[in-house]
Amino acid sequence: MIAALAQRALPVLGRGLAIALLAFIIFGPLANLLLWAFAERWYFPGKIPQQFGFAFWGRVFEPRGGAVQSLVTSIWIALLTVTFCLAAAIPAGYALARLKLPYRAAILMLFLLPQAVPNLPIYVNIARMFYELRLNGTVFGVVLVHAAHGLVLAVWIASAAFAAVDAQLEEAARNLGAGPWRCFATVTLPLAAPGLIASAIFVFLESLDEFTGTYFVGVPDVTTLPLLMFNASMGGNYQIASITALLLLLPSVAFMLVVERFLKSNVLAMVGR
Amino acid sequence: MNPRTAGLLLVSPALAVIAVFFIVPLGLSVHSAFTDKAGAFTLAHFEKSFELYSNDMMFTVLIVLLSSALIAAVAIAIAGYLTLGEHARTKTMLRWLYRWPLFIPFVVTGQVMRTFLAKNGMLNHVLVGGGLIDPLAAQSLLDWRGIVIAFVWKQAPFVTLLLAGAMASIENQHIEAARNLGARRTRVLFEIVLPQVRGTLLVGLVLSFVTMLSVLSVPLMINPNSPTMMTVDVAYRISTHGDYAVANALCLVSLLFASLGAWVYLRYAVKKAEVGT
Repeated sequence: MIAALAQRALPVLGRGLAIALLAFIIFGPLANLLLWAFAERWYFPGKIPQQFGFAFWGRVFEPRGGAVQSLVTSIWIALLTVTFCLAAAIPAGYALARLKLPYRAAILMLFLLPQAVPNLPIYVNIARMFYELRLNGTVFGVVLVHAAHGLVLAVWIASAAFAAVDAQLEEAARNLGAGPWRCFATVTLPLAAPGLIASAIFVFLESLDEFTGTYFVGVPDVTTLPLLMFNASMGGNYQIASITALLLLLPSVAFMLVVERFLKSNVLAMVGR
Repeated sequence: MNPRTAGLLLVSPALAVIAVFFIVPLGLSVHSAFTDKAGAFTLAHFEKSFELYSNDMMFTVLIVLLSSALIAAVAIAIAGYLTLGEHARTKTMLRWLYRWPLFIPFVVTGQVMRTFLAKNGMLNHVLVGGGLIDPLAAQSLLDWRGIVIAFVWKQAPFVTLLLAGAMASIENQHIEAARNLGARRTRVLFEIVLPQVRGTLLVGLVLSFVTMLSVLSVPLMINPNSPTMMTVDVAYRISTHGDYAVANALCLVSLLFASLGAWVYLRYAVKKAEVGT
């Protein structure tokens, strides 16, 4: 009887422990970040902060703290990057999905390449190019760097989104007398929109979170949120760093929770085809 | 207009961006690594790189390989349970749990781990509080172990997501036939499921491998002192010495490491693109 009970209880216990362990591994580090973000005073050997409060939030958001300025810069750069990427990725994605392209496989490969090569040499040498063009430390320069990187993802997803649109619907519109532009604007584009929005969000987040490129190209005048966080952290100011990190986390986590609503499996199945 | 010309015209802006901001810098990198001040061909920058940083090269390769192996193990375990596990509620919880770090940026991961793994970080508090280690034995994990932990924490969800998706599209009949014949779940996982999703696992791991090779923020924040990763050395050569030549030589060495992985990946991608068209 006891043996039978143990046999049933053990797997339950094992599963429970495994889930609890995983939950600690995932949320432990995030909880530690939250504690630091609201710690007024926290010194050794306190297991939790001696005093909680919002004093550092005030310091982060006051004009001298620079967070508001960096947040505005970051969002402005990300929006420009999205515009730039979509403007290039929508025609390219449509052509790759719908038109008979010569050297299509080679072109797709070219768009794969930046994902398969470490980005550091790229950023280092773009910084050198930009130094001579006087684009270093300008928002425009940072946008170009982010856009070059985001374009890869944008083209892939845009091409998959267009490929997932049923070609018969376009033919029907053409047969009913719609011109190619009208057909694209009223049939193809709206049907591909969820995938295109997903690619826009991907590019936005990538730009918002980008560190290495901005580190080399943006200095000294463009301070995005990740750079502000990095500087605070290296300066030993864990409260400021944690609050800034939290600001960066929110959009990423929100997108993680809704990503499947935009990226349907029929679009995912067409990626790279 | 002929549709082929129209297609090329539509692709050309995107291609131009890739050419100017990817191919040209790559060419500059090669040029700068192989030429001396007078513009003549030289290997001196590579000699200097190996002289100064061969330890860091070893360190980088070992860290990235170890992280990739751990990422593979975690991804196979989680995706395997999501596919073959029988306890519905555990699967739901697992599916909700594992993907949290998916879109968290590396720079934030670095900051988070910097506090969590420190000597007086939460990990040690929990281990000491649970009686698992002696308070005096608590040590900081902010060295190579910290980098590996940060990499696995951040990249494993990505590979798991790809792998679980691929496993879900396997024909259920194969799995059920094996189970009916009495095969244990681990055997089904390694002999039936895994061979069918090898390509996806490979792509996920190669992408992670290349990504980890070029992450600057995590090693800079967790373990900036020697031995460290080559990205830190590159940043140091540039910001302290303005020495682009050695920095580029180091970049090319890391490119060499990546190209091994990229070669595997591109071969697979080409095969897939050919099947797809």
